[in-house]
Amino acid sequence: MKLTLKIWRQKDARAKGRFVTYELDDVSEKMAFLEMLDSLNRKLVESDQEPVAFDHDCREGICGSCGIYINGHPHGPVPAITTCHLSMRYFNDGDTVWIEPWRAKSFPVIRDLIVDRSAFDKIQAAGGYISVNTGSAPEANSIPIPRKNYDNAFDAAICIGCGACVAACKNASAVLFVSAKITQLALLPQGRVEARDRVRAMVEKMDELGFGNCSNTGACEAECPKEIKIKSIAAMKREYYKAF
Amino acid sequence: MNTLDSKIPPGPLAQKWTRFKNEVRLVSPANKRKLEIIVVGTGISGAGAASALGELGYRVKNFCYQDSPRRAHSVAAQGGINAAKNYQNDGDSVYRLFYDMIKGGDFRAREANVYRAAEVSNQVIDHFTALGVPFARDYGGTLDTRSFGGVQVSRTFYSKGQTGQQCLLGCYSALNRQIQKGNVQIFPRREMLDLVVVDGKARGIITRNLITGEIERHSANAVVLATGGYGTVYYLSTLAVNSNASAAWKAHKKGAFFANPSFLQIHPTSVPQLNQYQSKLTLMSESLRNDGRLWVPLQKGDKRPPNGIPEEERDYFLERRYPAFGNLVPRDVASRAVKERCDAGYGVSETGLAVYLDFRDALKKQGRKAIENKYGNLFQMYKTITGIDPYEEPMRIYPAGHYTMGGLWVDYELMTTIPGLYAIGEANFSDHGANRLGASSLMQAAGDGFFILPVTISNYLAGEIRSAPVPLSHPEFEAAEKTAVARLNRLISIKGNQTAGSFHRRLGKIMWDHCGMTRNEEGLKKALVLIRELRDEFWQNLNVPGTIYELNQELEKAGRVADYFELAELLVNDALERKESCGAHFREEYQTPDGEARRNDAEYAYVAAWEYTGENTPHVLHREELKFEEVELRERSYK
Amino acid sequence: MNKVLFSTISKKFIMALAGLFLLMFLPVHLAVNLMLLKPDPEPFNKAARFMATFPLIRIMEIVLFAGIVIHITTGLIIQIQNWLARPVGYAGGSKSETSFFSRYMIWTGASIMIFLVLHFFNFYFIRLGLVPGNPDDFYTVAHNLFSIPAYNYIYLSCFLLLGLHLYHAFSSAFQTLGLNHRIWTPVIRIISLIYSIAIPLGFGIISIIIWKFR
Repeated sequence: MKLTLKIWRQKDARAKGRFVTYELDDVSEKMAFLEMLDSLNRKLVESDQEPVAFDHDCREGICGSCGIYINGHPHGPVPAITTCHLSMRYFNDGDTVWIEPWRAKSFPVIRDLIVDRSAFDKIQAAGGYISVNTGSAPEANSIPIPRKNYDNAFDAAICIGCGACVAACKNASAVLFVSAKITQLALLPQGRVEARDRVRAMVEKMDELGFGNCSNTGACEAECPKEIKIKSIAAMKREYYKAF
Repeated sequence: MNTLDSKIPPGPLAQKWTRFKNEVRLVSPANKRKLEIIVVGTGISGAGAASALGELGYRVKNFCYQDSPRRAHSVAAQGGINAAKNYQNDGDSVYRLFYDMIKGGDFRAREANVYRAAEVSNQVIDHFTALGVPFARDYGGTLDTRSFGGVQVSRTFYSKGQTGQQCLLGCYSALNRQIQKGNVQIFPRREMLDLVVVDGKARGIITRNLITGEIERHSANAVVLATGGYGTVYYLSTLAVNSNASAAWKAHKKGAFFANPSFLQIHPTSVPQLNQYQSKLTLMSESLRNDGRLWVPLQKGDKRPPNGIPEEERDYFLERRYPAFGNLVPRDVASRAVKERCDAGYGVSETGLAVYLDFRDALKKQGRKAIENKYGNLFQMYKTITGIDPYEEPMRIYPAGHYTMGGLWVDYELMTTIPGLYAIGEANFSDHGANRLGASSLMQAAGDGFFILPVTISNYLAGEIRSAPVPLSHPEFEAAEKTAVARLNRLISIKGNQTAGSFHRRLGKIMWDHCGMTRNEEGLKKALVLIRELRDEFWQNLNVPGTIYELNQELEKAGRVADYFELAELLVNDALERKESCGAHFREEYQTPDGEARRNDAEYAYVAAWEYTGENTPHVLHREELKFEEVELRERSYK
Repeated sequence: MNKVLFSTISKKFIMALAGLFLLMFLPVHLAVNLMLLKPDPEPFNKAARFMATFPLIRIMEIVLFAGIVIHITTGLIIQIQNWLARPVGYAGGSKSETSFFSRYMIWTGASIMIFLVLHFFNFYFIRLGLVPGNPDDFYTVAHNLFSIPAYNYIYLSCFLLLGLHLYHAFSSAFQTLGLNHRIWTPVIRIISLIYSIAIPLGFGIISIIIWKFR
């Protein structure tokens, strides 16, 4: 099929970016979206032009590297997948595809479609852990955990840190991401010990880094490739109020 | 000259590790703060080591090429992590786990290392649980396990199909704690370009900042490589597309021996290649073989849809060939059996390069809900990729390059042949012999990182307290940086008209065709010629746009592919040299009449450790004889 | 402590609490307004006088004003922060599936604020003596206003916007307070829908009846 691509090109963080139009006429519906970009890049490199830079790694939806805003949706129009799992069979011949980086003050563009998501690491470093030294752990079965807590903790723990929630949110808010870790650890007996300090430290860091507020629009939930629910945001808030 | 000293502690196997710990030289807390350690890689072994070393008080610098340590490819491990907890009361023990690994590795691993890996496995589960890793639980709140290939006990702990992700995030959280405390400094988006060796000891690395292109120097008292495997030598594999062997290869060229490079595991159940542009093969976890049955039609070229083929016209070839283990034979065995059926013309789908993995019976027996609980996300992923719903129709699967048992040679202390340079996790060769059993990579990586390296490294560092710090202006740093920059310049100035990726794809095809699931002398010799030809073409016809001093993904790829050309040659030479079949290394010339691997213990019970001697001189082979004191060498049978 | 008090979560908490308080006031106001439909002005004026003089109500009035001010101030601060958090928007627009009106809370809110100013101008300011009119006969003031078609248009569209604001606000406040439940959240959504239709409808019907039938 034939596609018109409108791709955001930006040399580096300081440069001014703009959309550049590319025409591709041999896109196969069996390709993955990133393979379609690979094929564009191959053509660009073969004619000695700068290829489009984008983050990607595992290409199986788990590392969280890829993240492109496609036609008004983070990770494209298909729900519950990452960009690398987006198949070209969801596009039609003659389509125009808008391809943009995540947009948020806290995720500055590094180049083209690559943004700096180190803010997420900073939030995690602020308290997203259980303080236990190697070697000091008790026998694993000595702390039984109710199946329901495990299930809910797991549902929050599957966050891949891709940033789609921030990209989707009209306020560029990171609460879904932050709440996932807080909820996971708050549901486990091991994590309760530091629950109070954790939620305060992580929320404080999140605010300091310039993410927006939560308006309960639900965009993050709709776009999360791992289908993390906003009930985890409510859970984080309960933890936060408890921490007063 | 045999220079290999594996430094295995004396005494009975079960006491070696305890004995080592009792006798290891220690570094005092005050001195630890003066010692710097570089850890390259932030996967389960790298992040585990960095955090554990940070907890001990060392000053750690941790590097990764990804934008965040949380994205290292350990994240993609699906099925589980083994431990000898014997929670199921099914007769499991440290010894049995050890024995399963030795046998699974086709008796080509070092007994002492394997035993130690089994020994620390229980601590690993305790530690991950304490870190908040949500392993699956039973209704009583205790940990659940499942079975994996090649064993007859249930010892695999899991978090649905995302065990690697959950374990890695556990490591990442421990790492974050140390970053917050200032014990670990993290350097994301850095690629290691070279190792700096001063007076015969590893003292630093040269890195490239992948955003600015800046070349940086980092010094330390020891360097730990936790850089994973080289499965992307096949181009298409289950690895992350940016996974690479460059750090290990650079260390190899600086003097670290490379062991058993041809031991490369092909995983039997991956989604088959769908198109010619494909950049990656997606794994379908081995755990699926707990409930899924592999089959092909009994009739050659049967084009009926799978559900239309009646039971009596199906060939459940694994159950037929290996009644004792059935669908749960080890990966190498399963992969070859799949290949055998497809080569014989029984393969399904348009290409004929696929077999069915069918859940019909399990769905009937256990119900959709139970299957969904166990494999929900894998089924979903399969459907996302192929558009086929595995609840309705069997999966189509085919083997794909997956894991490298080979890697940098290390002694019992996980130190390479360069003093002060360590290799942990998949980057070393030590624990899996010629074939790795499922769910033992997370176990080994975490064991190495959290529990083994932090102990063994002090044995070396205790002697380093007095060695003078190496200034970044040291001539060895100058020289290493100059070489690194010269190479980048060389890549960028070829100005041909082909991409690094296209060369990589072609190299991968050569390797897959001639040095893949089965190998023979003729094919291997042909591969050597083809690799050299392609390598020459690469150095004449590559194009890398842009400059060194900016974000340049083509340059990153080019450097990695260039290294792969060199590694591929060594890999083929190693496969040529090993005139036996063992584990994943299957030489067609050496097989039993019914097509099973024929090992040659009399001549090949050794680790092949290769020494780099220069650009135009051949590698030199060093043999580390494998002595089996505890187990008896037997034919590895799963029948 | 300041960091906790002024964190994004706390600000939303305060805004939600203030908002929920305002939600309680609306039905009371509607009940009083229903008296406008009686031909006799006295009950309404009596109620208005009662509201203006009864001490407890006077105290509540201060709380109410504080609620409005807090709700608006926190809302504005939050909105400004939100705009700052995304300085560059998407050229391809945002097509994420969201609760639709949640995206326009600041605009529906701002319209309501403008209406409130107008409303105060018409009624409250008379009582304070800031605007001419008879503070003892709001009944007539209201009837006079509703006889102006333009006023009705503004009045009705403002209540439509209020309805949209309330529709998201009601259920959203519970989520903000951390109250999200498998069973109760859908129930709250339904109550929210009923409330956000009933309140504007009630006010709107009163104005239409007076405008068209009196």
